[in-house]
Amino acid sequence: MPTKVIMPQLGESVVEGTVTKWLKQEGELITEFDALLEVNTDKVDTEIPSPATGTVLKLLVPEGTTVTAGTILAWLGEPGEAIPPSEGPAAAAAPAFSQTAEVKSKVPAEAPQPAGVPARDLGFISPVVARVAADHQVDLNKVTGTGQGGRITKKDVLAFVEKRGSSPTAAAIPIWETPADGDLFRPTEMVFQSDQPSQATSQGGKPVKAGDQLVPHTTIRRSIADHMLKSKHTSPHVTTVMEVDLSRVVAHRAANKAAFARDGVNLTFTVYFITALSRALKDFPLANSSWSEEGLILHSAINIGMATSLGDDGLIVPVIKGADGLSLLGIARAVNDLANRARLRKLQPDEVQGGTFTITNHGISGSLFATPIINQPQCGILGVGIIQKRAVVINDAIAIRPMVYISLTFDHRILDGASADNFLARVVDLLQNWS
Amino acid sequence: MPEMTLIDAVRMAMDEELARDPNVIIIGEDVGVRGGVFRATMGLHEKYGSDRVIDSPLAEASIVGVGIGAALYGMRPICEIQFADFIHPAFNQIINEAAKMYYRSNGDWTVPMVIRTPYGGGIGGGLYHSQSLEAFFTHTPGLKVVVPSTPYDAKGLLKSAVRDPNPVMFFEPKKGYRLIKGEVPDEEYLVPLGKANVTREGTDVSVFAYGMMHYYTMQAAEKLAQEGISAEVIDLRTLYPVDRDAILASVEKTGKALVVYEDNLTGGYGAEIAALIGEHAFTSLDAPVRRLAGPDVPAVPFSHPMQDWFMLNPEKIAAAIRDLAGF
Repeated sequence: MPTKVIMPQLGESVVEGTVTKWLKQEGELITEFDALLEVNTDKVDTEIPSPATGTVLKLLVPEGTTVTAGTILAWLGEPGEAIPPSEGPAAAAAPAFSQTAEVKSKVPAEAPQPAGVPARDLGFISPVVARVAADHQVDLNKVTGTGQGGRITKKDVLAFVEKRGSSPTAAAIPIWETPADGDLFRPTEMVFQSDQPSQATSQGGKPVKAGDQLVPHTTIRRSIADHMLKSKHTSPHVTTVMEVDLSRVVAHRAANKAAFARDGVNLTFTVYFITALSRALKDFPLANSSWSEEGLILHSAINIGMATSLGDDGLIVPVIKGADGLSLLGIARAVNDLANRARLRKLQPDEVQGGTFTITNHGISGSLFATPIINQPQCGILGVGIIQKRAVVINDAIAIRPMVYISLTFDHRILDGASADNFLARVVDLLQNWS
Repeated sequence: MPEMTLIDAVRMAMDEELARDPNVIIIGEDVGVRGGVFRATMGLHEKYGSDRVIDSPLAEASIVGVGIGAALYGMRPICEIQFADFIHPAFNQIINEAAKMYYRSNGDWTVPMVIRTPYGGGIGGGLYHSQSLEAFFTHTPGLKVVVPSTPYDAKGLLKSAVRDPNPVMFFEPKKGYRLIKGEVPDEEYLVPLGKANVTREGTDVSVFAYGMMHYYTMQAAEKLAQEGISAEVIDLRTLYPVDRDAILASVEKTGKALVVYEDNLTGGYGAEIAALIGEHAFTSLDAPVRRLAGPDVPAVPFSHPMQDWFMLNPEKIAAAIRDLAGF
């Protein structure tokens, strides 16, 4: 019995992936859990292990092709074994990306029944509910019915869509557990069609003048564009800036750097900023929250996202989970580890998710202070500028101190100016009086 | 703006039209000296004389036949059939002559005639004074069918009907003649035929009604609002040609439709509305289209408890809306 290899869902909000490289070719043997292919998503690059031991019978998705999570990528089995007719030859002959016209006719195909979510008896599905569900890619198994006998009403499904947003990604079913029902290679924009085309990506079609060069967007660049634009459209951004005297932090770091190094840990200033930030968040739960129409969601966990540059390729935000529970050493370890693996593109998908607040250290590139964009759905982002020795007036005397500007961009729906300043002042206080 | 009853508004419309156009005449049983059995034409005989407000024999075929003839000669007759139940002797004149004249003469002849008639039960009228007959006539292209439910509309619609170049059946809810009151401007105005009226905006259920049932439906909707159920009420006003756009727009909004009519359920006018919605708004529906109507018995019973059993009322309508809202 042949085994199928499916594009996994590599994270909660990751709906598609690009096959970057096949590590085994058709006819080659592979052992279970050995890497079979490399996949690139908008968040991470990763290797996909083989689900079984056997011979690679058929590779269905060529390198460089982006497919939805749940799409069958390949078949494994005994040499010469036949691939199930419904999914094999048809799949092999399935139209490639460019043949959208043919693919369109397949769109009405039913959404795959998720194996992981046990189907319940949905009762009567009214025409309008069916239409809304189809238009918005709603899995009705997930909608709570309030009608007669638990029937899902129009209001129920509309409320579900509104809560989830028009894109199904947020609440997408774990379809990697689901056979793709043979409709392979459906272009993802058709599978996950949204009523509102992404504004960041809809500006195409502009003529390229002679001599100009059109550089196709990478997945990560597109993803960054989407997130930035969405954030600016979502939160009213306000930025407030304060100055910190880092004398005590600098002294502490000088005293402990060697000891940390003996543990194989590089004690950076970032570690101090993250530590101070997570402690301040503990004192100001409002800042560690997310806006929702139903009400403010105060997060119990303090997970600090750490914006990490990948050079020209963009940036990625690995998350230090439960930062408030970690010692300086613990945070330093996490920062080192995540930053290193981010640059090596070795992050696990879940390591870039679940952040409740973000810090960005733009001072590294010489910036004095900046007004960063909030990482949705978080309440704020802390920007850290360059640390410079500056002349400051202390008790009417001029002193030279290591100074830094830190800027807090916050969601003005959640925080008012005064409360945001109080929170930022707490960060300043923790850093200035480091002990 | 004076408040008046529905029948006062009907009289006002005829008075204004008689004064405006010397070709307008009224023909019917007891419409002259007596001023009509419901007093719809009271005072008009004295004001306009026997040539224009004409007492007819007790012969409905003759009333309509004379009306058709007069209309073909350029008059604008308003025929009164004393009770809709008495219209059947005139059926041949209406269906075979009035409705078809324009079509059969290839547009050379028209019958600019209005047939006014009180319809509906709930007044202890029994078998011969309670019928709702609009469905016979909405089935006949060539006739326009109008049912007002407010004094304002009664005046504006009747004036439009008088000025319409083709025959208009004008059904007046007799139970509402003196029960339904409302403000009616003294000045001239028309309410266009073929346009429904959203008389109450709502989000949960669309309720389509006309005439007396619209009056009751408004009461039911009022009551349900206190329970948190938001019913949208559409007064159809003109049944033929019906305002499809208004009907479909409302169903698109609420996803649920209830059609309320007093006539017997089967083959009643509401069935047409239900079919229209099923055909053109299917993908907007969140529940089956429902009809709330009189039972399929041959007549409205005379016995009061039996009459109450037959007739719809605000409570029955509220129950149907509540049920549909909860679907």
